Amino acid sequence: MSTTETTESRSRGKAPAGERVADWADGRLGIYSLAKANMRKIFPDHWSFMLGEVCLYSFIIIILTGVYLTLFFQPSMAEVEYHGSYIPLQGQMMSQAFSSTMEISFDVRGGLLVRQIHHWAALIFLAAMFVHMMRVFFTGAFRKPREINWLFGFLLFVLGMFTGFTGYSLPDDLLSGTGVRFTEGAILSMPIVGTYISFFLFGGEFPGTDFVARFYSIHILLLPGIMLGLVVAHLILVFYHKHTQFAGPGKTNKNVVGMPLLPVYMAKAGGFFFLVFGVIAAVAAIAQINPIWAIGPYRPDQVSTGAQPDWYMGFAEGLVRYFPGWEVNFWGHTLVLGVFIPLVLFGVVLGAIALYPFIESWVTGDKREHHILDRPRNAPTRTGFGVAWITVYMIGLVGGGNDLWATHFNLSINAVTWFVRIGFFVGPVVAFIVTKRICLGLQRRDKDKVLHGRESGIIKRLPHGEFIEVHEPLSQDALYTLTAHEQYKPAEIGPAVDENGVERKVKGVQKLRAKLSKSYYGEDGQIPKPSVEEYKEITSGHGQH
Amino acid sequence: MKKLSARRRHPLAALVVLLLALACTGGLYAVFAPADKAKAEATAQSLTIDEGKKLYTVGCASCHGTGGQGTSDGPSLVGVGAAAVDFQVATGRMPAATSQGAQLPRKKAIYSQAEVDQLAAYIASLGAGPSIPTADQYGPEGADIGKGGDLFRNNCAQCHNFTGKGGALTGGKYAPPLNDVAPKHIYEAMQTGPQNMPSFPDTTMSEQNKRDIIAYLGAVNTGKTVNPGGTSLGGLGPVSEGLFAWIFGLGALIAVAVWVAARTAKARKS
Repeated sequence: MSTTETTESRSRGKAPAGERVADWADGRLGIYSLAKANMRKIFPDHWSFMLGEVCLYSFIIIILTGVYLTLFFQPSMAEVEYHGSYIPLQGQMMSQAFSSTMEISFDVRGGLLVRQIHHWAALIFLAAMFVHMMRVFFTGAFRKPREINWLFGFLLFVLGMFTGFTGYSLPDDLLSGTGVRFTEGAILSMPIVGTYISFFLFGGEFPGTDFVARFYSIHILLLPGIMLGLVVAHLILVFYHKHTQFAGPGKTNKNVVGMPLLPVYMAKAGGFFFLVFGVIAAVAAIAQINPIWAIGPYRPDQVSTGAQPDWYMGFAEGLVRYFPGWEVNFWGHTLVLGVFIPLVLFGVVLGAIALYPFIESWVTGDKREHHILDRPRNAPTRTGFGVAWITVYMIGLVGGGNDLWATHFNLSINAVTWFVRIGFFVGPVVAFIVTKRICLGLQRRDKDKVLHGRESGIIKRLPHGEFIEVHEPLSQDALYTLTAHEQYKPAEIGPAVDENGVERKVKGVQKLRAKLSKSYYGEDGQIPKPSVEEYKEITSGHGQH
Repeated sequence: MKKLSARRRHPLAALVVLLLALACTGGLYAVFAPADKAKAEATAQSLTIDEGKKLYTVGCASCHGTGGQGTSDGPSLVGVGAAAVDFQVATGRMPAATSQGAQLPRKKAIYSQAEVDQLAAYIASLGAGPSIPTADQYGPEGADIGKGGDLFRNNCAQCHNFTGKGGALTGGKYAPPLNDVAPKHIYEAMQTGPQNMPSFPDTTMSEQNKRDIIAYLGAVNTGKTVNPGGTSLGGLGPVSEGLFAWIFGLGALIAVAVWVAARTAKARKS
């Protein structure tokens, strides 16, 4: 009884400090309902769902370290003579951008480490986005209602590429300057508008005295601002849609099985942030990145061999490197197809993966929501397309580094280039076919496991001398997981004549759709999953096989 | 003594005696042979050329011809100069094996420096050409490293990379890495332009400029190079950085993610 009395007396008096602060804040921010709705929000557990977290955390690390770098970096192309700590560049003329980056690297406390964390985090950010995007792609997480969020993510990847590009161009070193020159060439190759855009961007002839300052605004303000907005929108949509989950017992399209945001995921995600920071900091402490002191300041009349962009631009570099140097004259204007077509291809290849979800939903005609993820093997055509796309991408990367492939594997650079040229066409086709076959094989294996059980490795000899391997039936859970996916029926064009016997007009688009649908879900597109009848017949009848 | 006599009919006894005899004769000859200290400079020179010619006849003539005039298997050596010989032979590029691929690689030198000098003297006697540089021509004294870097980026980096890590040329040829190449050989290479390299004679690039470049390479591309920021990943730029970021950066993070995801909160038993 005494306890009740004390609580009563306290409630009549002053509430505890924490409660009062919460009350104060709630009255002004309305956080109570927000917290109530989201604190117990459930997230499923799978390592691949944390790839997006890696992206988010490396993005935060990039912003934090980037702010530190802005304190010392001078985005100016005014020429100065170097008299800093690094001996081999003594007395050289360079831009202030370069000399201030040298100062950050040699004379600012922690400057080099922060610079390296910033740059490594950028490489890892882009790599993590790539893998995260592939995870979403291969599990079909882009399906309704998440198409918009897929596009947001894709946009983040593309913007990340250009933020990275404008970022590594800032020190105005010989390597990045070569990259900027390359970009100028790509812009100039655009018919009609190219020259205007180039003059607008560089404030006249390349390199001019403006681009570092302009890239700086784009790099620290414009692009990260848009990206930050997109990241927030991306996360809000993740909350709004709820997280997808893999099929399993108890998991349906209408629930999410996992742990609550508070306290479990707050602790896990918070801890994971520090782990990501730790790994990136360790990488930055171990390995050098973009050593501008060794590379030297940019001068438009100098160039070095082995000049590649950072990896996320390497695929574009590759397209230009392996494309034949075609050039046509058109009414007195030169069209540099050897650069312009790769530029178009760059957009086409990136666009292909971005638009795929819409193509697939058009083929399936499925308008329902999907919250259960596909296993990649259960969508062979999609998986095949994804692997083919990665193949094109990787072949571009090989092409971008063709000189290093040549020197490090004792090959001829011409042979590497030809391999890449042929591979660009043959590689994705082979990858598609092989991947699809592997997926179908895995589907057959799943079917076999469901119907006949797991191979136990126990050999039994029957009384009449026959040897059999004992198959162990799968658990109910495993059976459910293996058969939870649904399989589409190929779309039909419909009867050739309508109910009145009049020939129906079938549009070409419809025919195409039916054809695609057949290749997706026809006999060659998927293995029919075991039906209940099949299962019953085999398991009930004559025991083990 | 008894032991020795017991073994005098051993099958290897004759061999042992022969070896002993040879060693004795050789040793005696070495001790008593007339020392040729008194020879004049000119005779020494001609002797060097003679020795060089002997080496040449054995090791080089089959491809370059008996008088250095060249054959279908090797170019003429008349007028290439001592510097070219010193560079090619002392870096092991010459003598070349029969099939070397697209380009002669740097390998372990077969001839000693004394023999290389003899060969060089012989080839130099065939026709005038650049001579072997002296230490004060390629030494670091009075060199401007910064200027050397600028010159290097202007003239060499197109093929040899920013700091001389090497690069690819067409058809399997390559500009070799310049890591720890002796300053003398860098000088000779610039002077003579071996294989695919253009030559930079003194009229194109002065002795001082060559010295600057060599001093720059000494500062940025040797074991003693000051290179802060951790391992340089081969100094190859974004390709190796990208590989490192994928394998060790993202690879480690995925491993961490798998580890974190595997440790899930357990439902409390009530």
